[in-house]
Amino acid sequence: MSDEHRLRTEGYSLFYGSFRALNDITVDIPANAITSIIGPSGCGKSTFLRSFNRMNELIPGVRITGRVLLDGEDIFLEDVVALRKKVGMVFQRPNPFPKTIFDNVAYGPRIHGARDRGGLAALVERSLRDAALWDEVKDDLQKSALALSGGQQQRLCIARALAVEPEVILMDEPASALDPIATLRIEELLQALKQKYTIVIVTHNMQQAARVSDFTAFMMTDEQRAGNLVEFGPTKQIFTTPRDRRTEDYISGRFG
Amino acid sequence: MRRYPSAGSWRMALRKAGQGSAFSLFWMAGIAATAVMLAVVGYVVVKGAPQLSPDFFTTSPRGGLSGEGGIASTIVTTFYLVLMTLLVAAPLGVCAAIYMVEYAGATRSHLAVGFLRVARFGVETLAGIPSIIFGLFGYALFVTALHFGFSLLSASLAGACLILPVVIRTAEEALKAVPAGYREASLSLGANRWETIRKVVLPSALPGLTTGLILGVGRVLSETAVFYVTLGGSYRTPTSILSSGRTMALHVYYLAMETRAFEKAMATGAVLILLIIAVNLAINMVSRRLSASMRG
Repeated sequence: MSDEHRLRTEGYSLFYGSFRALNDITVDIPANAITSIIGPSGCGKSTFLRSFNRMNELIPGVRITGRVLLDGEDIFLEDVVALRKKVGMVFQRPNPFPKTIFDNVAYGPRIHGARDRGGLAALVERSLRDAALWDEVKDDLQKSALALSGGQQQRLCIARALAVEPEVILMDEPASALDPIATLRIEELLQALKQKYTIVIVTHNMQQAARVSDFTAFMMTDEQRAGNLVEFGPTKQIFTTPRDRRTEDYISGRFG
Repeated sequence: MRRYPSAGSWRMALRKAGQGSAFSLFWMAGIAATAVMLAVVGYVVVKGAPQLSPDFFTTSPRGGLSGEGGIASTIVTTFYLVLMTLLVAAPLGVCAAIYMVEYAGATRSHLAVGFLRVARFGVETLAGIPSIIFGLFGYALFVTALHFGFSLLSASLAGACLILPVVIRTAEEALKAVPAGYREASLSLGANRWETIRKVVLPSALPGLTTGLILGVGRVLSETAVFYVTLGGSYRTPTSILSSGRTMALHVYYLAMETRAFEKAMATGAVLILLIIAVNLAINMVSRRLSASMRG
């Protein structure tokens, strides 16, 4: 863990048409640590997460105010392709392409111009090793990714994101579609990955947030149904001595 | 308290009788419908079969009232016409569908949404218009105004107009069936929209796109009205895209109406039926491969 901050939002709001989905969020996400975003359903956790790689722009009618900074640079002024190369994402449902295992992992590097065969093969191996999948698939890299189990598919998606060599990895409930054993493997993997990457993970599983993350952000909707950041701090503090009454109510299971 | 103390047994019998008669009615309807279809195919095949010989496929019609000769030139013409029609309709239809699903469908600009509505309405309306109307349009525009004459060119352009609706519709459905997760994953890895379409969406949609094109092939094979007024009716083998010609379906029409060789019309019909059965089998195979490849 370091005190460095890699991601930062300043007075960040997001609107779907005239509806305010995220309200004035200011937060610093520490580098080389796992930050989890928790909160009840519909509080804007995923929308907030998707702000960091500008995936919300795919939805027609989205408008934002405020700033999102990556290493001090406003991400909305940056080229979106360059940004997404630095900020990778793993989705809720494993979504490998209907291609071979190798081609899945090589997809990003190829898009960004990797042509050298040996280099590509080495990169694919390293990414699969980092995603703790190499030993299970090294003998059939030419097999369809869709033939893997759900947990393997999700680790493949992590490997695919790692292969682009990002600085930040966003994870949107990466284990919610997996069984407990596969979930455990993903959680162990996260601990290994945070040495190299800044990780932001959305989860609706509070135990998971408490187990895996170093910092926790608690979000909740206000009376206008806009998502607000209620509290941010070290995970231990959020779960033992929350400063805000609403955080305490939520983590003690009084609602949500 | 039972409200109908004595009604129980005859009511039950009535219900049983109702069930029985309904069942036999449906059964008979099913048999009758199947019999009609088999009768059509069977009659044509039985009547035409005696004419089928290697010569029938390798010689061209000789023209005249007697209807002598085979169908060689009409097979060639049919093949050219199918190819040329696809060459026009496939890129146009698939690109239109890509625009509708991947671009216009992903924005809220009034222009794109308005265009989308008009395009969908157009596609649905065109699909229901009698094909002779396409023929008249093709005659007026390609044959006359553009001076392409009765030719493969005119016919393939008119044929493309005819099958565009079905190509666009099936392509649209095929593209929509590609999971949104594929697009999201590709974009999140830093691919732009075009790279995503080219490398992920189109390969995944390929079986569906192919199905649409094969449906178009079937349509061209069986069409007569459009080609009657755009292709002319020459029984010779076409030598250029400006040659007139007749497809197998047209040949059936000419044989039946203008010659005494009714049994040759039947034989040509039988060949057409077999060809269309083959096309349908191809569609089934492609869609089965689709579901197989999706399972991994």
